[in-house]
Amino acid sequence: MIDRYKRFMNLEEPPPAKKAKGFFTDTSLCIGCKACEVACKQWNQLPADGFAITGNSYDNTGHLGATTWRHVQFIEQAKANGGRQEQRWLMMSDVCKHCANAACLEACPTGALIRTEYDTVYVQQDICNGCGFCVPACPFGVIDRAPTHGQFEAGTAHKCTLCYDRLKDDMTPACAKSCPTASIQFGDVEELQQRARHRLGELKARGETKAELYGMPEGKEATEVGPLHAFFLLLDKPQTYNLPEIPRLPRKTMAQRYGWSAAVGVGFALVGALVFGGRR
Amino acid sequence: MGSNMAENHPVGFRWPMKAREKGATIIHVDPRFTRTSAAANLYVPIRSGSDIAFLGGLINYVLKHDKWFKEYVLAYTNASTIVGDDYVDAEDNDGLFSGYDPQSGTYDNTSWAYAGPVNRPARDETLQHPRCVFQILTRHYARYTPEVVEQVCGTPQALFLEVAEILATNSGRERTSAICYAVGWTQQSYGAQIVRAAAILQLLLGNIGRPGGGILALRGHASIQGSTDVPTLFDLLPGYLPHPAVSRGDDTLDDYLRQSAPSGGYWSNAPKFLVSLLKAWYGDAAAQENEYGYQWIPKLTGDHSHISTSAAMADGKVNGLIVFGQNPANGSPHAGLQRKALTQLDWLVALDLYETETAAFWYAAPEGWKPADVKTEVFLLPTAGPGEKEGTFTNTQRLLQYHDKAVDPPGDARSDLWFLYHLGRRLKDLYRESTNPRDQGLLNLTWDYLPAQADPESHIRDEPAAEKVLMEVNGYTVADRRQLPDYEQLKIDGSTACGVWIYSGVFPAPGQNMARRRKRSPSNYVNPEWGFAWPGNRRILYNRASADPAGNPWSERKKYVWWDATAGTWTGMDVPDFPARKAPETPAQEQGSGLDLHSGSDPFTLKADGRGWLFAPSGLRDGPLPTHYEPLESPVQNALYERQDSPVAKRFPRKDNPISPPGDPKFPYVVTTYRVTEQYTSGAMSRWNSWLSELMPEMFAEISPELAAEKGIDNLDWIVVSTPRNQIECKALVTRRMRPFRHGETVIHEVGLPYHWGYQGLVKGAMANDLVALSEEPNVYIQEDKALTCNLRKGRLR
Repeated sequence: MIDRYKRFMNLEEPPPAKKAKGFFTDTSLCIGCKACEVACKQWNQLPADGFAITGNSYDNTGHLGATTWRHVQFIEQAKANGGRQEQRWLMMSDVCKHCANAACLEACPTGALIRTEYDTVYVQQDICNGCGFCVPACPFGVIDRAPTHGQFEAGTAHKCTLCYDRLKDDMTPACAKSCPTASIQFGDVEELQQRARHRLGELKARGETKAELYGMPEGKEATEVGPLHAFFLLLDKPQTYNLPEIPRLPRKTMAQRYGWSAAVGVGFALVGALVFGGRR
Repeated sequence: MGSNMAENHPVGFRWPMKAREKGATIIHVDPRFTRTSAAANLYVPIRSGSDIAFLGGLINYVLKHDKWFKEYVLAYTNASTIVGDDYVDAEDNDGLFSGYDPQSGTYDNTSWAYAGPVNRPARDETLQHPRCVFQILTRHYARYTPEVVEQVCGTPQALFLEVAEILATNSGRERTSAICYAVGWTQQSYGAQIVRAAAILQLLLGNIGRPGGGILALRGHASIQGSTDVPTLFDLLPGYLPHPAVSRGDDTLDDYLRQSAPSGGYWSNAPKFLVSLLKAWYGDAAAQENEYGYQWIPKLTGDHSHISTSAAMADGKVNGLIVFGQNPANGSPHAGLQRKALTQLDWLVALDLYETETAAFWYAAPEGWKPADVKTEVFLLPTAGPGEKEGTFTNTQRLLQYHDKAVDPPGDARSDLWFLYHLGRRLKDLYRESTNPRDQGLLNLTWDYLPAQADPESHIRDEPAAEKVLMEVNGYTVADRRQLPDYEQLKIDGSTACGVWIYSGVFPAPGQNMARRRKRSPSNYVNPEWGFAWPGNRRILYNRASADPAGNPWSERKKYVWWDATAGTWTGMDVPDFPARKAPETPAQEQGSGLDLHSGSDPFTLKADGRGWLFAPSGLRDGPLPTHYEPLESPVQNALYERQDSPVAKRFPRKDNPISPPGDPKFPYVVTTYRVTEQYTSGAMSRWNSWLSELMPEMFAEISPELAAEKGIDNLDWIVVSTPRNQIECKALVTRRMRPFRHGETVIHEVGLPYHWGYQGLVKGAMANDLVALSEEPNVYIQEDKALTCNLRKGRLR
């Protein structure tokens, strides 16, 4: 009976779960070439966002958005140390974190945002109605709606798919494939996490005292959103890279906020009753 | 040094990054803190144009602190060779070497020669003779102290010494260091001398001919190495044979061969290469009776380089121009003059993927010419992109890699090979009836490159076969048309034909295109079965030097090529760059020619004396030893010599090419031009791609906060940069990655200008090359655009 219903409704069994896939982005290897940005836009046929210099180092695409799913940050640091200039130019290729507890997915009222068999977070364009609830929900500012004009699936929400179409064919996502220095590494999340821990040890031993991992299960940034399936090795504090120290999940504070709203409502009602009631 | 590898060779830079992860130290010496500096272990600032002072300082350090590799230097270099007694060093003559003629601005280099014949010179193995190369070298660089480096280059002494110590410790039997450079060195008025200074340093440290050593020229485009090998240079024939020239007296084939073949060293085979080349070009028409068609090659009458030709064009002396994948209206020095030159042509053919600035100058140039007033008739022909044609790339490492065509080019677009082949075919047809002697070369050219059968999947029915060209390049026997296995088989009697002798071996039999090979060899990191490296698939040139004079590896760690006494042959991971069965103890012969005059421990087979040249008795037009000069335009006086700048660099003293005098207060700042990762050269390919253009959308000038404060400029303010040639406007990118330099008491500010923008494409902007002067380095005719002077103001042009 159920089978007949499924056939009638053209419903498919979801594909069986696979090992979780993700990215380990090791910023200590990034040379800021932006090949990931270009490869991502080419494979996913995302339009350019405009042609204006920002004046913010070599970053002219600004931030992740509906049509920029990989974005390379450039952070110039310089301080004088005696007669010598101590300089660093940090580069980091940012991307959707594919959180284990994804806020966008929880905020989505239509079921357009789903978790795939690779344990990644994916927007189904044919279901998304463009309500935009996911946009403020994301603690990283990753997901965004495309402008309502233009040819690129207007109005709906977009973000990195971890190249779902490529994963289906056992291919590496475009950004990782194009990275010349293996700064972006793709693979099974568990294995990548092992690699990241080892790598951090290596860098610490080399004297990179400020190096840290961001998005690991044991990290405090996993408190609410869970481990990030796209996680990072950073050479400075997360805030330096515009990453929240502890990314928040809106759901966690929802009861509290509803409570406050109710209390405020009741308060207004009381005040109204007093004011209007007294006139009578 | 002289390279921004991470930005301009990001894919190749994966290897330095891997080496860094394995413990190698990357040092980046550059005027700007770039993405390469960010990835390096040590960044060392250097004022633009002062590279020779820096390298000279390193040479001095190595000599003074006795850090040179004694066994290597004594056996493999010309350190012990005695120079003739007419030689006067620049140190003793205010910056000029002996033989300078101020009238012509050239050197007569006869006084730089060795005492005794070049292939059997007098030597003093104790290195004590005052005129031996070692002593001359020591005296020449004695003044290049760390203090002088700091004064001239603006590099803090402590940093300079750190570099010197790292290099010295990381060289010797157990370790080697490599130096990478690019056009940051070559686009200076003494570019070849900077490379020479690196060669001296690497020879002293024993870093040539050994794994992990060498001097690597990072080329500016995908196959620029190929274009110098084959070549597209006006003064060379294929395989680095000199082009016949009136000034050399190359009137007949015999004259040419006598001039081109020294009695010692592998170049004594040059006659075989030249005759085989003529046989490849002219086929049956080339015979001993007609000097194998030698007279059909036009003889050079002077400097016909790009820059000189542009100057002549501006004067109306050139009628027509064919431009392949080049964009002089934007990408060449003094772009304004280049554009003016284009208006003087009768016709221009531009072949490119897009309508470049060069193809569009007649209606779109900033000069605002009216199309009706431009007499030049312009033809724009659409070409095929790299994936739309087949052929080889030759990379920095001399490695040829063949690639197939992925898809047909769209519409009427065709490969460059298609265009050249059919142009040649039609010209031959036009001149079919001609009996004029000068047309016979064209008529006799072998021109058979169409495949037996057109590619059935292609809409192009008359595409020539690139592999047929490569087969001719490889060479064959004339009588039975068998492909040659290597260049050792080439003959002087006209029985062999070979298009490019150094490439011989790339196609040793029909169907065996070695450049197609993609086999990894897990047990040999050299991967000899990947592609084909010229000459003879050797990955490291002069690799005989990777073994000691007795033929044993210098160390187990740096084992590469060595003598196997039992088998009586050289062996190792690479093809030995040495006669395979010549034992290390073989003495040099008194008589004979070629390699017979070298001993079994003379690794530098192309040199007449078989040695690496610390001192260059010939071959360079601007001196036997690199010497610090200031750029043609400099804000300061030469701190080391009376002579300010290169005495032999070519200036173009024309009204439309003014050059600022040294220290000109009107132009107090230094400009250096460069590229960034996101765009490609003049932008002719990349500025039409929205994904690349959004990454670097607008022209900008990088300046330090100090200079910005001095001029009241904020980040992203419009500024005007001017030189005596022209002025441009762009936005300021104020960054601490740009630092002011000190030259003694003077503070020198640098202005960094990428040269990617123009007046065509999706994103447009000012052209840095509008500011650059016409000038030529005397050996290789390259302009100086890495160091010139400018002024700067806040505001816009209008």
